[in-house]
Amino acid sequence: MIKLENLSASYGKQPVIGGACASFEKGKLTAIIGVNGSGKSTLLKAMLGILPCTQGNVFIDGAELSALKRNEIAKRAAYLSQGKEAPDMTVGEMVLHGRFPYLSYPRRYTKKDRSFARAAMEQVGISGLADKPLHTLSGGMRQTAYIAMALAQDTDYILLDEPTTYLDISHQLELMAILRKLADNGKGVITVMHDLPMAFDFSDEIAILHGGKIICKGEPLAVATAPYIKSIFGVGLKYIAEENKYIYSGI
Amino acid sequence: MKSLPKNKIIRIYFAAVILLLLSAVLGILLGAANVSLGSMLAAIARGDMESAEARILVYVRLPRVLAALVCGAALAVSGAVIQGVLANRLASPSIIGVTAGAGLAVTLCSALGIIGGLSLSLFAFAGAFLTVMLVSLGAKKWGASRGTVILMGVALNSLLGAVSDTVTTFVPEVSIMSNDFKIGDFSSVTYAKLLPASAVIIVSVAVLITLSNELDLLTLGDENAKGLGLNTGAARVLFLLFSALLAGAAVSVAGLLSFVGLLVPHAVRRIYGSCSKHLILLCALFGAGFVSLCDTLARVIFSPYELPVGIIMAFIGAPFFIFILVKGKGGGSHD
Repeated sequence: MIKLENLSASYGKQPVIGGACASFEKGKLTAIIGVNGSGKSTLLKAMLGILPCTQGNVFIDGAELSALKRNEIAKRAAYLSQGKEAPDMTVGEMVLHGRFPYLSYPRRYTKKDRSFARAAMEQVGISGLADKPLHTLSGGMRQTAYIAMALAQDTDYILLDEPTTYLDISHQLELMAILRKLADNGKGVITVMHDLPMAFDFSDEIAILHGGKIICKGEPLAVATAPYIKSIFGVGLKYIAEENKYIYSGI
Repeated sequence: MKSLPKNKIIRIYFAAVILLLLSAVLGILLGAANVSLGSMLAAIARGDMESAEARILVYVRLPRVLAALVCGAALAVSGAVIQGVLANRLASPSIIGVTAGAGLAVTLCSALGIIGGLSLSLFAFAGAFLTVMLVSLGAKKWGASRGTVILMGVALNSLLGAVSDTVTTFVPEVSIMSNDFKIGDFSSVTYAKLLPASAVIIVSVAVLITLSNELDLLTLGDENAKGLGLNTGAARVLFLLFSALLAGAAVSVAGLLSFVGLLVPHAVRRIYGSCSKHLILLCALFGAGFVSLCDTLARVIFSPYELPVGIIMAFIGAPFFIFILVKGKGGGSHD
């Protein structure tokens, strides 16, 4: 479990997250939602020490974040940022870098690392792309390659910052299906999202970030019917039971 | 374009080694004095170290070829690393002012009476490191775009050159900042300059090859690299430190050689790719061979007159640089 205790973080002197408390479990897909500027990306970075916390604590499976070295954090939780560079390397080379936290002297990847990378690519169905340069891939395929890299990291948790951004709808759905499968297979998946119906359709839990705090976290149906959805987002959500999906309402 | 199969990579290494060996042999064989390799070796074999043949080999051509090899390797690797760290394919030690920083330090050294040995290398390294850190920190602090970083470097280059010129104006005996030094030249190489610089270069290249995965990770972007467990701030400083060591060591031996750090990494990327482990090693091999070959050309084209090697390199490097700009490939995917 990743547990946040009164977590605060800021950019310079500007506080962005102020006293966030929540816990995220393995085997669950949790979507963090909030309006622009609410601090979703900041929260994700602060959860793994990518951005330093100004106050409070994070515990990953009981271990205090501040006591862990960078590579020890990376062995527990993978992180994929919103911006996805397309460096001049092949998919296979990038996925193999998912094994970086496990590198030791003489700092060369081992057969075991290569087998992890192969398995990760198989898991998300991109084994055939191993030799393709990243910059030749579509946005969706590139995103999938990044997820394979996170899988090669062999962590219990994966944190993703708006993974569906810039993808067309079919690739968004494919990506969410992959994340859903990862959670069903036991990983804790925590993802920042903007598309509310998609977040509610695929997630086990929804966390609403507002004013630097997580003001609500729970199962999608309970959160969807909460009164502040409309006041925060300017739209409501309606659950269609027959189709087991959510749509916007009150637009 | 697919990743290269192993046998093609081996062929590229083979070509690099052949270029290096060929350039070294030509460098030993050719020069203003018409002396055969056989006569030079024969003089050494009979222990006649005072003969002209032996002295030409041991004190003129051998240190010169070795200097060209190590300086070529150093500047090419330094360029590849700086391009990786700044995520900018147009960066190179000479373009962003790193060699100018080292040059200024060498000028000051000369003004202080230090003309060779480890002290000169250390001063050159300090000048190179301060310049590269200035460019890097400036880029970070002001959120400069990749194009702006290059322009900042160009401006810094001019500024440092102006300071060097000021020193040589007021201290005319600073002969080291001669035209040959500014263009880059191996004619005044001595073992006293070469040996400490070579040690620095060999160790730095070896360390950088060991850290090639870290260099690759930086190209994924800071946040993703941190997510993989890399301390990106420390890694950047470390890489810039070693690239400055390389550039500083090369400048302390050969002066302000330009274009190697730009041309060779680009050429290697085109024929091989960008995986840092092979990129660094291939840059070292091709850079060594290229500079050594240019130096031999500089000695023989107008023999018995000799051109500074920097002129030959500029004749080849400048059109290549323009080619990169015109083709619009200089940015690369992460530029």
